[in-house]
Amino acid sequence: MKNKPIDEILLAPEIEPERYELLAGPAYHFQVARRDFFKGLGGGVLILFAVKEARAQQESGGGRRGGGRTAPQEISAWLHIGEDGVTTVYTGKVEVGQDIRTSLAQVVAEELRVSITTIRMVMGDTDLTPYDAGTFGSLTTPTMSPRLRKAAAAARESLLDLAAEQTKADRKSLLIADGKVTNPATKQSLTFSQLTKGQRLTRAIADDIALTPPDEWKIAGKPLTKLNGRDIVTGKHQYTSDLKLPGMLYGKVVRPAAFGATPSAIDTKAAEKMTGVTVVRDGDFIGVTAPTPTLAKRAMEAINVEWKTAQQPSSSEIFAHLKKTAAASDGRSATKRGSMTEGLAAAQQKLEQSYNIAYIAHAPLEPRAAVAEWKDGKLTVWTGTQRPFGVRSELASAFRIPEEKVRVIMPDTGSGYGGKHTGETAIEAARLAKAAGKPVKLVWTREEEFTWAYFRPAGVIDIKSGVSSDGKITAWAFHNYNSGSAGIRPVYDIPNQAIEFHSTDSPLRQGSYRALASTANHFAREVHLDELAASVKIDPLEFRLKNLKDQRLQAVLEAVTRRIEWEKRKPVAGRGFGIAGGFEKGGYVANCVEVAVDRTSGKVTILRIVTAFECGAIINPDGLKNQVEGSIIQGIGGALFEAIEFENGKILNPRFSRYRVPRFSDVPPLETILLDRKDLPSAGSGECPIVALAPAISNAIFAASGVRLRSLPMIPNGLKA
Amino acid sequence: MKIVELQVNGNKHRVEVDDEQSLLSVLRDDLDLTGTKYGCGEGQCGACTVLLDGQPTRSCRMPAVNVGSKPITTIEDLEQNGRLHPLQQAFLDHGAMQCGYCISGMLMSGAGLLKKNPQPTEAEILRAMEGNICRCGTYPRIVAAIKQAASGRVAQKGGGK
Repeated sequence: MKNKPIDEILLAPEIEPERYELLAGPAYHFQVARRDFFKGLGGGVLILFAVKEARAQQESGGGRRGGGRTAPQEISAWLHIGEDGVTTVYTGKVEVGQDIRTSLAQVVAEELRVSITTIRMVMGDTDLTPYDAGTFGSLTTPTMSPRLRKAAAAARESLLDLAAEQTKADRKSLLIADGKVTNPATKQSLTFSQLTKGQRLTRAIADDIALTPPDEWKIAGKPLTKLNGRDIVTGKHQYTSDLKLPGMLYGKVVRPAAFGATPSAIDTKAAEKMTGVTVVRDGDFIGVTAPTPTLAKRAMEAINVEWKTAQQPSSSEIFAHLKKTAAASDGRSATKRGSMTEGLAAAQQKLEQSYNIAYIAHAPLEPRAAVAEWKDGKLTVWTGTQRPFGVRSELASAFRIPEEKVRVIMPDTGSGYGGKHTGETAIEAARLAKAAGKPVKLVWTREEEFTWAYFRPAGVIDIKSGVSSDGKITAWAFHNYNSGSAGIRPVYDIPNQAIEFHSTDSPLRQGSYRALASTANHFAREVHLDELAASVKIDPLEFRLKNLKDQRLQAVLEAVTRRIEWEKRKPVAGRGFGIAGGFEKGGYVANCVEVAVDRTSGKVTILRIVTAFECGAIINPDGLKNQVEGSIIQGIGGALFEAIEFENGKILNPRFSRYRVPRFSDVPPLETILLDRKDLPSAGSGECPIVALAPAISNAIFAASGVRLRSLPMIPNGLKA
Repeated sequence: MKIVELQVNGNKHRVEVDDEQSLLSVLRDDLDLTGTKYGCGEGQCGACTVLLDGQPTRSCRMPAVNVGSKPITTIEDLEQNGRLHPLQQAFLDHGAMQCGYCISGMLMSGAGLLKKNPQPTEAEILRAMEGNICRCGTYPRIVAAIKQAASGRVAQKGGGK
């Protein structure tokens, strides 16, 4: 696939190379027309939040086509306080289970001094919400949350201005609470509706408005469970795959026999004879629509295609293949400091090791789904994507129509973990709907999701290092082949470093996965640190602290080791503790894990996982704990047993019966320590807490058994060494 | 195609079904009961769990023509007269969800367990729930919620585990 220039695509100034899915060309080449954002808003107060990111905001979501956007370019968020006292918040961010619907509502309610029940969140609808590059990179909490806080604070100040004007009271004496402004002296109180008198007051605000400091928070900073939880437990929430439009048909796509296969002969006669079935062929795209899903499946299966395939590398040879096809460093993610030669010369012990990381799948429980409808020359697609504006661009590009003729709506979706950045399902559903002349729903099967989505990149990491006799790391050469550059730089204080990321020729489609390559890079680094510590016979915790100046990482390491009383731990045969620490996306994490290893059976049991996490001021302690626990549990899979097996362009284990994910019995007792730094800005938490788990488990297995595990997954078939 | 009469949530439905159509598809596509989810189609993830004659059953593997007259209960019927089932309330109290897609199946498996065994041990809970996947990793909260519903106590709001 042809790559596009990076700066066409995203607003982030530095986009990690492993977000391959954002750089790829469109899924299909098919052979192939002014929204008013504020229409329909009644009276009240409208606050527009402007940021000084003019260049970034001019980028369109996927970058393939420009123009067509009519929202003020500099506006990244807004909110409207209606005369009914309901505050509607508009953000292009989306909800995939990380529960920003709740945490964003909390910060708005906090600044507005209203009950959280009066907040309505409108998210991820390209016709209703301001442009947003996407919900990834743990950016909602550090970027969108302060913008909405500022918008809400501006709204509050505007209402106070109005009240002071109307009551001729001293502005400073007025109180705002529960949707009213009150003058305590006269007991006079005015609702928002009385203040705005049916007029719409529009205020654009800049970035410098003062915010309520976290140590004064009353609504934010408190534990809160999911705002729309009742819709979830009653089954009422409609995910994309649950939607049904009048006259809607069901779609299926004929999938190639292997990756990269192209059709050499296509026979669609049998399918075309089926009543109600439409067969759609366009370039290499072959799909069907039918009035029922069963018939759609039958029609798809009735299409015979001969596929031209090409020989491709298999999982058994993947690591050699990645090394063999590696390019020189991409430069952007290379770091050179000091001199490796001098660093190694100063070392008492030198160590060279290689670490392998398998491809794994996100396997979101809701597979990719889209419902597409063409109406009056406009395309509307409901789809579960982390980048609704990016998918809008993909659709505009695929159908060669202007972006204002495309609307993408993202219902709260059955998870993503970085795996739902692209719009392939939306494009397929739209192509089918265009041909059928009716709305079409397309829901990928589990097997399609396991095969045609993108994977977390596999990788090889080579480390060459040196350590002095007093336990200072003197040299650190770190080469990552393919998995990516996120988290590639150590937080440790090492005078001589040579760090490089090498792209390779990946046989599988690969892309973003929770924390990106930070998981792989932390695995290699934190296991290697343990090996270095052992080589100079220094305790792993002491070794880390000796080489560490970063106080935030020190704090989480100390929190987990204090909890398990690290210094007092006693050697028990077949049992051991391991630690690891990490830094990613503004957060700091440390894990301490205890395992039991039965060398006869090869069974490894995790007995206990202690996690300490710190991401600045905590907005929702319960939501944060949920994210940390979820990262740890998901991390168990990648650490111990998840791996995609493939052979010659085919996935061999595209089912939950053959691809093992963590289940209830895999979860040991979890102890989660949250460090609340009210003096620091809030960072996101969806990614960082996954990065230190695998190395902590590996280090614990070493402590328990003397066996070093340097490949992820570590024990797909138990401990055999 | 065959006409079958299904008893769903206390109502009789006459539906024309395809021989190979799953109960899941009939519930979702014909009866618009979309609370029951598709997750894998091979009975491995539990998202499609319904109660068939009180027994947690993977509706994706159950041909609709084989259901017969056994009563079917879906997530839509767990709430009665506007009152949540204690297990639904317990899931809310414990924040036992992230994306929520697995939750209908979790609730039906959990409700089926509690019906048969009102006071399950932790080991019994794990055994009964092992076939349900939550990719977001809310398992400990779900276990805590089932324990709460079993004990009949009321948890602190928003307390997590």
